[in-house]
Amino acid sequence: MKGVRHYPGFLAITLVCLAVLYVPLLVVAVYSFNASTSITKWGGFSLRWYVDVFTGPEAERFGLATWNSLTIALIAASIATAVAMSAALAMIRGGRFRGRGASYALINLPLMVPEMVVAVATLIFFTTIGLTTGYLTIVLAHITFCIPFAYLPIAARLSGIEDSYEQAARDLYATRWQAFRLVLLPLLGPGLMSGWLLAFIISLDDFIITNFVKGAGMETLPTAIFGSVKQGIKPNIMAISSLMLLVSILFVSLSYIINRRGRRAAP
Amino acid sequence: MAGLPRDEAGTAASYASLARPLLLPTWLIIGVFLLLPVLLMVVYSFLTKEFRGGVEWTFTLAAYEQFFVTRGLFGDEPPSIEWTYIIIFWRSIWQAALATLLCLVIGFPTAWFIATRPPQSRGIWLFLITIPYWVNLLIRTVSLRFILRDNGPLNDALIVTGLIDAPLPILNSDVAVQIGLFYSYLPFMVLPIYAAVERFEFALSEAAADLYANRWQVMLHVVLPAVRPGILAGTILVFIPALGAFLAPDLLGGAKAFMIGSLIDEQFRGSQGNWPFGAAISVILMTLVLIALFIQARAASRGAS
Repeated sequence: MKGVRHYPGFLAITLVCLAVLYVPLLVVAVYSFNASTSITKWGGFSLRWYVDVFTGPEAERFGLATWNSLTIALIAASIATAVAMSAALAMIRGGRFRGRGASYALINLPLMVPEMVVAVATLIFFTTIGLTTGYLTIVLAHITFCIPFAYLPIAARLSGIEDSYEQAARDLYATRWQAFRLVLLPLLGPGLMSGWLLAFIISLDDFIITNFVKGAGMETLPTAIFGSVKQGIKPNIMAISSLMLLVSILFVSLSYIINRRGRRAAP
Repeated sequence: MAGLPRDEAGTAASYASLARPLLLPTWLIIGVFLLLPVLLMVVYSFLTKEFRGGVEWTFTLAAYEQFFVTRGLFGDEPPSIEWTYIIIFWRSIWQAALATLLCLVIGFPTAWFIATRPPQSRGIWLFLITIPYWVNLLIRTVSLRFILRDNGPLNDALIVTGLIDAPLPILNSDVAVQIGLFYSYLPFMVLPIYAAVERFEFALSEAAADLYANRWQVMLHVVLPAVRPGILAGTILVFIPALGAFLAPDLLGGAKAFMIGSLIDEQFRGSQGNWPFGAAISVILMTLVLIALFIQARAASRGAS
C-alpha cells in the first residue's frame, strides 16, 4: 500500500526545504567563530567574538538590552499565560454562552491583524491617551500579542483532560477552588508550561511592534541588533545571533519535550 | 485551529457560571490594547496632519487623497491618479503572491513526505520544520543579508565552483526580498498542509489506484480536493504576513524594493513622518487582508459543499 503514499522526488524536496531553513542559521553559527575582524575573510577558529559580546565596547549596551528583553518577556509571558488559562477555562469548560464566538475571535485577533498594523495602532493609542512610550508600553503590547500563543497549548491540553476528575473531587466535597488547584492545575501543568515558554520566545523575538512602542533611548535585544546591523554587520552580531539562536532552540525543545511527556502521562 | 475545542461546547460546562468573569481579563487586555487601538487608527487616518509629526483633530480625507490622487508638484494641476503608492502596493501584493506560490511548491511535497512517515518519526521531522519558525525573524533575515552580500558566502561559493565570474548583485533587489519572504514564512505553509494530509483517508487513493488512476491522477483528482483546506490555510498564513512584511524588504531590499511595511514605517519616523497618512496606509493594508481572508473563507466553503 506504499504506492499511493509515495511520490518520486518528494524526499528530495523535503531535504531542499530543510536545507533552505537551516543553511543560513548554520552559516551564522560558523562565522560567529571567525577569528578575523572582517566578516568576509575566514581567519581561523576563535571564540574572541563571544568574549567581545560580554567584555567588548558594545557589551554594556547589549547587556542592558538583554536585561530589558528578558524581564519584559518574563512579565509578559507570565501575565499572558494567566490570562490565557482563564480564557481557556471559559472557552472549553464554560459550555455555551453568548459571546463565545466573539471571544474566540478576540483571542485570535492578534494573529489576524498584520504586525505592522498592530504596531501602528498601538503607537497611536498610547500617544493619544498620553502614555509615554517606554518599558511599560512595551510590556503592555507584548502581553497582548502573547495571549493567543499561550492560549493554543493550554486550550489543547485542557480539551484533552476529562471533566470527570474535577467532578469527582467536587462530589467528595472539595470546593471549586480546591478542585481547581489540587486536581485540574497539576493536570494542566504541561500545557501551562509550554504556553508560557512559547509566549516567552514570542516576546523575546518581537521586533516590529517593540520598535514602534519603545520610545527613544529604550532598547530590547532585537532593536539593539537592528540598530547595529543598519550600520553594517559586525562579527559580534554573529556571536549574539548565535547565542539567541541557541536560546530559542533550547526553549522550543523544552516546550516540545514537556508537551510530549505531558501527553504520554495524560490520563 | 489547534485551540478550537472540538465539538464539546455545552458538554463540559463545569465553569459555565464563571465563563464571563474568566474571559474578562482577555476582553480587557486585547479589547483595550488591540481592538480599541485599531479602531482609533481608523479614526486617525481621517485626521489632519500637523507639521511636527502630530495631528489636529479636524476630519479630512487628505490622507487617502494623498494616496490615490496627485495634483502635480505644486498642487495646481488638475487631479490625476497618483501611481507611487499604488505601485508599492502592487509590488507588495506581487511579491507576497510569488512567495506564497514558492512556499507551496516546496512546502506541499515536504508536508506530504512528513505526513506519510511512520507515526514515530513524524514528530521529529515536524520538529525540524518548526524550529526555524521560533528562531528570531530578525536574526534569520540578518543571516540572509550576510549570505547574499556581494562578497558573501553565496557569491564566494558560486565563484569557487566556477558558475559565475563576478559576484551577482543579489542584495538590495526584488530577488533578495523574494528570497527573504520565502525563507521567512516557509514553515507556515508546511504545518497546515501536514495537518490536512495526516487526516487524509488513504483508502480513497487506493480505491482510485485500483480503478487504474495513475499516481498523478490520484493526486490531482482525489488528494488535492481533500487537502484543499490545508492548502488554503497555508496560503493565507504565508500571504498575509508577507504582504505587510517589514524586515525582509528593509534589510534585503534597500530603497529599490520598497514595500508596504517600509512605507508605513517611514510615516512614523521623526519629524518627516505623517501619522494620518501612515494610519491610512495601514487601513488600506488591513482592507486587503480582510479581502484575502474573505476570498479564503469563500473558497473553503465552496470546497466543503
